Amino acid sequence: MAEARVLITHDVGLHARPSVKLTKLAKGFGARIDLALTEAGPWVDAKSIVKVMATKAPKGATLFLRAEGDDAADAIAAIVGLIERDFDEGGSHAHP
Amino acid sequence: MPTLRGNGTVASIGYASGPLFRLDQDELGYRPSGEPATEAARLRDAIAAAASAVLVLIEDADEDSAAILEFQVAMFEDDALAEPAFDAIEDGVDAATAWTAALDEQIAGYDAADDAYFRARSADLADIRDRVLRGLSGLADTRAPDGAVLFARELTPTQFLTVDWGQGGGIVLTEGSAASHVAMLARARGVPMLIGVRGLAPVDDDFVLLDAEHGEVIVQPDPEARRDFLKSSTLHNQLVQRARSRMGEKAVTRNGQPIDVLVNIAQPAEVETIDIAHCDGVGLMRTEFLFGDGLPDEETQYRAYRRVLEWATGKPVTIRTVDAGGDKPVPGFTVEEGNPFLGLRGLRLSLTRPDVFRVQIRALLRAAPHGALKVMFPMVSIIGEYHAAVALFAEEAAALSAAGIAHAMPPLGIMVEVPAVAIHPQTFAEVAFFSIGSNDLTQYVMAAGRDNGAVAALNDTRNPAVLSLIRTVVTFADKNAIPISLCGDAGSDPAVIPALLRAGLRALSVAPAQLPLAKAAISQASTSDGADGQD
Repeated sequence: MAEARVLITHDVGLHARPSVKLTKLAKGFGARIDLALTEAGPWVDAKSIVKVMATKAPKGATLFLRAEGDDAADAIAAIVGLIERDFDEGGSHAHP
Repeated sequence: MPTLRGNGTVASIGYASGPLFRLDQDELGYRPSGEPATEAARLRDAIAAAASAVLVLIEDADEDSAAILEFQVAMFEDDALAEPAFDAIEDGVDAATAWTAALDEQIAGYDAADDAYFRARSADLADIRDRVLRGLSGLADTRAPDGAVLFARELTPTQFLTVDWGQGGGIVLTEGSAASHVAMLARARGVPMLIGVRGLAPVDDDFVLLDAEHGEVIVQPDPEARRDFLKSSTLHNQLVQRARSRMGEKAVTRNGQPIDVLVNIAQPAEVETIDIAHCDGVGLMRTEFLFGDGLPDEETQYRAYRRVLEWATGKPVTIRTVDAGGDKPVPGFTVEEGNPFLGLRGLRLSLTRPDVFRVQIRALLRAAPHGALKVMFPMVSIIGEYHAAVALFAEEAAALSAAGIAHAMPPLGIMVEVPAVAIHPQTFAEVAFFSIGSNDLTQYVMAAGRDNGAVAALNDTRNPAVLSLIRTVVTFADKNAIPISLCGDAGSDPAVIPALLRAGLRALSVAPAQLPLAKAAISQASTSDGADGQD
């Protein structure tokens, strides 16, 4: 099992476009990946845009990640990387 | 039929006229089969059909529209979206009812969000819901005729994108949000749009005039209303057309004086919607956004500053050190005060918290090599404050040198917003540049808070006392070769611009959305006294 926590610095938080990118990336891994806004949960499937968007994670929120499976460590590293790179939007973006 | 008028909030400025088209929901005549397996199959088919219809729209969409549609496709592809509906179908509920209930629950979740952005997403979910429902009922997509003024409770992004807006037309919503995807698209395309228009019940093909400048919609206008509309829409359209066509040109007054027009930026992300070729740089980059959730670390700040500097490709970028306090409290930084506008705010506050200020200074020093950075201090009242800030910059620069970290010392200037500075600028002859903060200068000179509607009429930058102070500072700056600009709201206001130019200013920093109209106002103004006949 791999775990991480990462600060969302994207200007508008985990909104539509960042959520699409995060879930697409997560789907590329075999591991089960969950995320939550607190360590105590509720944990939701990071491959489901419906559930990721429903967390309504704002800018400045800390995202807790955990993964289980063969590529769990790689999956966590990749997702943390994406969030730290502000979802590859050059820092952030005014649009969703 | 008599003329009817309705008022609403402008979500996208502009004018439109044409036949009205109601985009209310069709009667959904879904006939349940009574067989759970059939219901489930119908729902699956309707979802798949809706998803592929959206994919077709993406092919012709521009980048912003495509991003919105991709979000919808991702939602459609997620089994979690319809899972509660399929569960309900197994329990004997029909497909349309089950789907509606499942989506309505999600929509309610978004409607209840604290954040306006998330609340606005409920319109996307409603779009998804209705598209599938129409499929279930065997209805074709409602397609509005081109050139019509659409009237609806809400408009969905896909409904917006199926219209050819090149033929004119506009949008009138009885509800709606200025933060919705549709509102963003409307602004980007220049489609006039009003939201929150109540008390009108027009019918299809009623002729309507949409004035999304003053926020009015007129149904079955009488000749007088038509004349007024033609007058104000022509004026507006001419202005916008002229302004847009000249966005890339250097602003020059009627008497040939070039004026620098820079932009004010509150968030680094804003620069992505601005063409650097359309402005002369950034006259004010606020840094309060970094402090929205407490105190930001050096790396976060460095990245934000560097991003804007790189976007500016060598044009000047003036970053203001954090201007917290007053009406901008920051938890863990600002203090509770009885009279915050006259209290510990701007540079005064930063100097009491060198631990916080030094972090920002290091980030600025490190960002400086990435462009033409200038740094200014807000709320300076005496030269000693400037000296203290400069000393901190020197100390941090020395520390970065010792650590072998790349950095550069930017020119350090001050905001002119405290009357003490404007009355006697001679004290500040050593600063690298002046930037007049007309919002605060006006409220301090007029003793009229800008957040208080009851004294709004007093808060006027065109008051001779304020203009005379501006002239004093500009004259002093020019004589001593100190660069000077203005970065308050007045700089974006076409009604105030002529007076500012006559006061001697040759550089204005404006809100990005005001860039075209500010440039247009400059081109109509003159820098010689009285020549444009205003005031």
